[in-house]
Amino acid sequence: MLEELALVTQRLAGSRIREKRLDRGLRQAAVAETVGISPSYLNLIEHNRRRIGGKLLSDIARVLGVEPALLVDGADADMLDQMRHAASQFEADLPAKVEVARAEEMAARYPGWGALIVAQSERIAALGGQVQALSDRMSHDPQLAGSLHDVITAVSAIRSAAQILVGPEKLDEDWQRRFHENIHNDSLRLANSSEALVAYLEAPDADIDQADPAEQLERYLAKTGFHLAPLEAPDADLQKLVADSGLRDGAKALLESQATQYLKDAALLPLAGFEDACRVRNYNPAALAQAFQASFATVLRRLASLPTGQGHPPIGMAACDAAGVLTLVKPVPGFALPRTGGACPLWPLYAALNRPAQPIRLEVALPGSSATRLLCYAIADTRPSPRFDVPTPVQSTMLVMPDPPETASIAQPVGVSCRICPRANCASRREPAMKGVRVETAL
Amino acid sequence: MGKRVLLIEDEPNIIEALSFILSRDGWTVHTHEDGTTAMRKVLAMPPDMIILDVMLPGRSGFDILRDLRATDVTKNIPVMMLTARGQEKDRELAQRLGANHFMTKPFSNTEVRDYVRNFMEA
Repeated sequence: MLEELALVTQRLAGSRIREKRLDRGLRQAAVAETVGISPSYLNLIEHNRRRIGGKLLSDIARVLGVEPALLVDGADADMLDQMRHAASQFEADLPAKVEVARAEEMAARYPGWGALIVAQSERIAALGGQVQALSDRMSHDPQLAGSLHDVITAVSAIRSAAQILVGPEKLDEDWQRRFHENIHNDSLRLANSSEALVAYLEAPDADIDQADPAEQLERYLAKTGFHLAPLEAPDADLQKLVADSGLRDGAKALLESQATQYLKDAALLPLAGFEDACRVRNYNPAALAQAFQASFATVLRRLASLPTGQGHPPIGMAACDAAGVLTLVKPVPGFALPRTGGACPLWPLYAALNRPAQPIRLEVALPGSSATRLLCYAIADTRPSPRFDVPTPVQSTMLVMPDPPETASIAQPVGVSCRICPRANCASRREPAMKGVRVETAL
Repeated sequence: MGKRVLLIEDEPNIIEALSFILSRDGWTVHTHEDGTTAMRKVLAMPPDMIILDVMLPGRSGFDILRDLRATDVTKNIPVMMLTARGQEKDRELAQRLGANHFMTKPFSNTEVRDYVRNFMEA
């Protein structure tokens, strides 16, 4: 596996050399002459048809002004996307321009700093979510609003009555007694309201979740590798799994819904037989759907929930509703979709929404020198509507398989999100790329 | 008989305290505690000024204010909103709907009294 990886990265060294040369505006012939090779040989290297290493690699790196390691290893594509995403989030607030065009160099030369940028960006997003949750709670939590209202009302009544009592104008005894009684009653009410408020704020279930329910669910599923082993058993106890998950409120409800679907899928395609069939049919969803007489969507979900450590390839997944809102994302190396800011609309996940019930198989390519290729299978299926004249719920599901075998077919160009996408003439672009993203001339 | 102030508020002890200080200042104070029937009360005997709580049973003070400003006989009655919620967006909403003043609880008696005095004597 490591040898394969080395071959892949080595294979892409030529692409990186070409990219860096074009970045610096150097002619192929000039670079070739400087390092003592023919332009045609450099052309072969740049198109990954000749391997490169040793002194020639060092010489070319020197001419291009980069570390040789950057040309050979490149940078982790996921980290790069995350770094660019981080830059797009904060560029407006920074006094200096972020050198987005040099992100790959930064990630390759200082992977630790790159990881720190990504981690800090994620932490900031999480804290932003927490602040939002607190703000929502302060604004909309009826229990908290009610308690605060009780406290302020009691305080208002006490203050007003006390001001009357201590005022310069003399009160007759009846009024004095009435306002004293009012103050006494309001002070008791204030004590009760304050006690209830403190109890509420200190209650164990008063914790604020940092992420929204969908993110909490994904975090939980990520820990299981999206494989819910307890639900594979014949005597699976769904409620126990949900109760043991530690999730609450919205996230718990989402898990219950997810687990219910999982249980149905597992009953239709029991794990042992399905795993064997996957290996025999090379994880081909169409062949598996035919073999099990199962729906395409069921097969896609089962493929995405295969257990890790059993020799299965990494398989990612994404699901969205009719509005294109991501409801679930299972990332794999080379594949991740942003929850915020809007994902690239060119993914088959969204194309499937326009063609309900029709399975789509499409190879896609991400931008950049890594040119990551992914094989996607997608389908949008509908659930029966319980009443007349009610829109039918639609869900699109997409399976993602990294590193598909080389084919002659042209991969559909896709991106992560417009803000960090370098594709210049994309008809689906919804907003310009952030400053510093090097714009390519063609899709 | 002095000019009439209608106090629409559901908290009995606040009603008693405000009624006391405004009556003592020479105004005739009428009170009403329910949001749903508040407009009926206003239309039955339009007051010279309204002190309107935001959080009322039945209908909110904002809804009542909206109706007041949309009704010919009540659209010019000065309204002072009284609320436990002092958020800027509530203040802006009150202003947008046509409130003349916005006062947050806990209020000062003197402040309420002076404000009513200024309005009535203007």
